Amino acid sequence: MVIECKHVWDYLSGYLDNSLSPETRELVQRHLEHCEICSAILDSTRNIVVLTADDRVFELPVGYSERLHARLTRELGDHGAGNAKNSAG
Amino acid sequence: MDLETTDRDEAQMIASILAGDTQRYHDLIRPYERSVYKMALSFMKNEADAEDVAQEAFLKAFRKLSDFRGHARFSTWLISITLNEARGRLRRKNSVPMESLDQTPEEGGHLSPALLRDWREVPSEALERKEIRAILLEAIENLSPLYREVLLLRDVEEFSIEETAAALTITAGTVKVRLHRARMMMQKELAPKLKQANPKRRWFQWS
Repeated sequence: MVIECKHVWDYLSGYLDNSLSPETRELVQRHLEHCEICSAILDSTRNIVVLTADDRVFELPVGYSERLHARLTRELGDHGAGNAKNSAG
Repeated sequence: MDLETTDRDEAQMIASILAGDTQRYHDLIRPYERSVYKMALSFMKNEADAEDVAQEAFLKAFRKLSDFRGHARFSTWLISITLNEARGRLRRKNSVPMESLDQTPEEGGHLSPALLRDWREVPSEALERKEIRAILLEAIENLSPLYREVLLLRDVEEFSIEETAAALTITAGTVKVRLHRARMMMQKELAPKLKQANPKRRWFQWS
């Protein structure tokens, strides 16, 4: 069985996640071997997924962590966690 | 989420926080500071609001800690609190047209990727360049919320399909469909831009 490019596109995400059934994977694989366009689409998608996962994409503001913990220190003292209540002795 | 979290006994940390050792909360959340901020930024689209949302999410999680049940991971639970906080904030400050109204613009329609004949890999070092970071961030922010959430959890936070489904309270099947669409939209938007920004001779110099 042979599948067309546009059907292959529907499987690219599953192909990258290795979540296709063995039969479908085989079909897609065979298509990719001879289709340079679908191969380029797969490679670019994979590349973009890798770049997206890189921590450098999202920069933390300078001082973010310090401000967060300072605020927590202020508020953690005043309120108990969850249902914990200060019990008066 | 992070390798460094795997050796920690979070259940034990949470128990001692609930028992009154509230300062341990600082240690509990440290591995997740970045994830929560990323999630917040991709929704709020500016640093100040994102930081605000992140702080609120951490405080809410602290106050609700006794509601946390060990059947989910703490990270998954924390991310859903962050998501709710960001959504709520957007709803309240809704001066711009409600973003969620356009959240399924292409559901069901066929998505075509950007067609290319060849692809030269963009190395991770390219992220040292500010313009490359900016186009990636912009592409993520421009996804409609349903797709952005799934892409963030799965491809940015590297949650599994199941963890993503749990954090968003949707099925694994829905995660896969939305993830596929999100990735195709990213490819369509980014492949032409990255290709252009990837002049051959510079990579040869760098490699």
